[in-house]
Amino acid sequence: MKRILSLKELAERTVGLASGHRACAGCSFPSIIRMVLGSSDYPVVVSNATGCLEVVSTIYPYSAWPCSWIHVAFENAAAVISGVEAAYKALKRRGEIKEDKKIVFIAIGGDGGTYDIGLQALSGALERGHNFLYVLYDNQAYMNTGIQRSSATPFGASTTTSPAGKSSFGKIQDRKEIIEIVAAHKIPYVAQASISHWGDLIRKLRKAYEIEGPKFISIIAPCVIGWGYKEDETVEIARLAVETCFWPLYEIEEGVYRVNYKPKEKLPVKTFLLKQERFSHLIGRDDLIEEIQKKVDEKWEKLLRLDGLKVF
Amino acid sequence: MKVETRKFVAKTGNEAAAFAMKQINPDVVAAYPITPSSEIVMIFSKYVADGEVDTEFIPVESEHSAISVCIGASASGARVITATSSQGLALMHEILYIASSMRLPIVMIVGNRALSGPLNIHCDHSDTMGSRDCGWIQMYCENANEVYHTIINAVRISEEANLPCMVMMDGFIVTHGMEKVFVLEDEEVKSFIGKRKPLYSLLDVEKPITLGSLTLFDYYLEYKRNQLEGVIKAKKIINDVFEEYRARFGINVPSFVEEYNIEDAEIVVVVMSSAAGTFKEVVDELRNKGEKVGVLRLKVMRPFPYEILREKLTNVKVVGVMDRAETFSTMGGPLSIELRAALYPLSKRPLVQSFVFGLGGREFGIEDAMKVFDILKDIGMKNKITEEYIYIGLRE
Repeated sequence: MKRILSLKELAERTVGLASGHRACAGCSFPSIIRMVLGSSDYPVVVSNATGCLEVVSTIYPYSAWPCSWIHVAFENAAAVISGVEAAYKALKRRGEIKEDKKIVFIAIGGDGGTYDIGLQALSGALERGHNFLYVLYDNQAYMNTGIQRSSATPFGASTTTSPAGKSSFGKIQDRKEIIEIVAAHKIPYVAQASISHWGDLIRKLRKAYEIEGPKFISIIAPCVIGWGYKEDETVEIARLAVETCFWPLYEIEEGVYRVNYKPKEKLPVKTFLLKQERFSHLIGRDDLIEEIQKKVDEKWEKLLRLDGLKVF
Repeated sequence: MKVETRKFVAKTGNEAAAFAMKQINPDVVAAYPITPSSEIVMIFSKYVADGEVDTEFIPVESEHSAISVCIGASASGARVITATSSQGLALMHEILYIASSMRLPIVMIVGNRALSGPLNIHCDHSDTMGSRDCGWIQMYCENANEVYHTIINAVRISEEANLPCMVMMDGFIVTHGMEKVFVLEDEEVKSFIGKRKPLYSLLDVEKPITLGSLTLFDYYLEYKRNQLEGVIKAKKIINDVFEEYRARFGINVPSFVEEYNIEDAEIVVVVMSSAAGTFKEVVDELRNKGEKVGVLRLKVMRPFPYEILREKLTNVKVVGVMDRAETFSTMGGPLSIELRAALYPLSKRPLVQSFVFGLGGREFGIEDAMKVFDILKDIGMKNKITEEYIYIGLRE
């Protein structure tokens, strides 16, 4: 097992998004990408789905990426990285790449490119067992195209295609359980993480880089514009998601569930919801907040029951 | 070595394609089987299973992923081949543009098949004609022998032009028809195609690249113009590669067009793929009667060899253009529209009659081809086109 890096060590690593990218002030994914790239001891090849991250970091003729990087389309990041990894295997077999040359392959997508249109390519790549890490930055809507609902959008959130109104309280469906869907592929490693708990995130990344086969890490990615909060509150919002157990930190390694963080005092989900514009219509709707609390509690209790259990 | 002294084998189009792939031994093959080209991947899978190739074979979950895997692999410096047909090609459509704009060599073998709807598994060219403006090189072969040789050439062309390349054959007619295929020795194939020398690779991690960036109005136009330059340059590459092939192996596969009795012809049929054989039969018969008729088979649809067509057809009186695809433009199929456009700048140009035939696998026989010539002769006599385009073999 590789040691967790200290923040200082991480900061000293030169890899990471270059400054000058055009992400919104307060956006969470520059931090996510710096941790993803900085945590690797090996050279990295990234396949990036279409979305905010790709759009803000590679406006021709500039690129903020310090590593080999490819973007093809919205729904196929996992298939593209499958091809890169296949080429690596083939060229290694033929002696074109040295036997001991380790390269880490990473596909990165937002919730649209992962939960929705990209789910098929992701499922295919996981089933085939390619050696890659899929990083999901989950901002819970199609942020790049104007904050439309996705299947990652939580119950009760207002988006431009599930707006709260006189006869609507926002999205009426629950989020898709992407972690469980991915885990059902019986891949070696699946985890959920947050930049607010960076030690846990880096540990998960560094663990994933050492495991052969498909790995999946879902990272909560608060969005200033889409969620509606002040630019300097991103990490705080992510922290509240964890402390309220709205976004539990857990992992499934070789089929064994492990809850990585149990808040000393589980905060009511209201403290997370009402800091954001997308839930502001819930003020005065205690019935709905209670319903959301119930969903959060049920999921959390289920996770605690599963903790330590081998499920596949 | 002359063709007559070469080893020949009996193979269907699909078998010939798979055999070429075996001799090429590509680094990566990613494909999702689809009728009528499924056999290509099935046969190739067996080569993989038997250790006859050491290709990384990725049996993906969809054609969309097949082409996506090909892009990832080609951008990583690998030599890549895939195969598809019809709906499979349509599912790849979005990604085809990206492959060509990234200037990635990929060889795709296509068994031409009608597009839904209604669902139909038989031959026409609606699938690849729908992809003709995606920036890929497109080569339509007449028979299994040509498919085999064209695939080998396509590897070189694609890699030298840095453009993806489709090699077509007619679904079932050629994919499943057993024919005589003159084959090269493994070593000959190996020495002809050499090793791929990529301009850049994602796996060259010491020299990181950003590939597929967002390009807005300030650069997109220049980008597309550059891409066009690449396609223009591909014309010479196509010509040179086939010329070298013919010189080295004595196998006469055409590069852009095949001419059949057109030197002194007054009536010429322009046609693609397997139906050319039917027309050649009819031309033989009519020539025996002293009629000045010929066939010009177009092999390369993209880049469109308009220069050759202008040169070959300027002195012809009547040209019939055969399209195995509909455009719904209400003025004919894709080939006839492009051919008319190609001939328009000539001061002396032939009358051009457009025909649509064989959609969805409708039989096209000797009588049908004869009927085409009858119509063309009639046009020649009247010196006039009266119908925008004519459906041949239509049950009315």
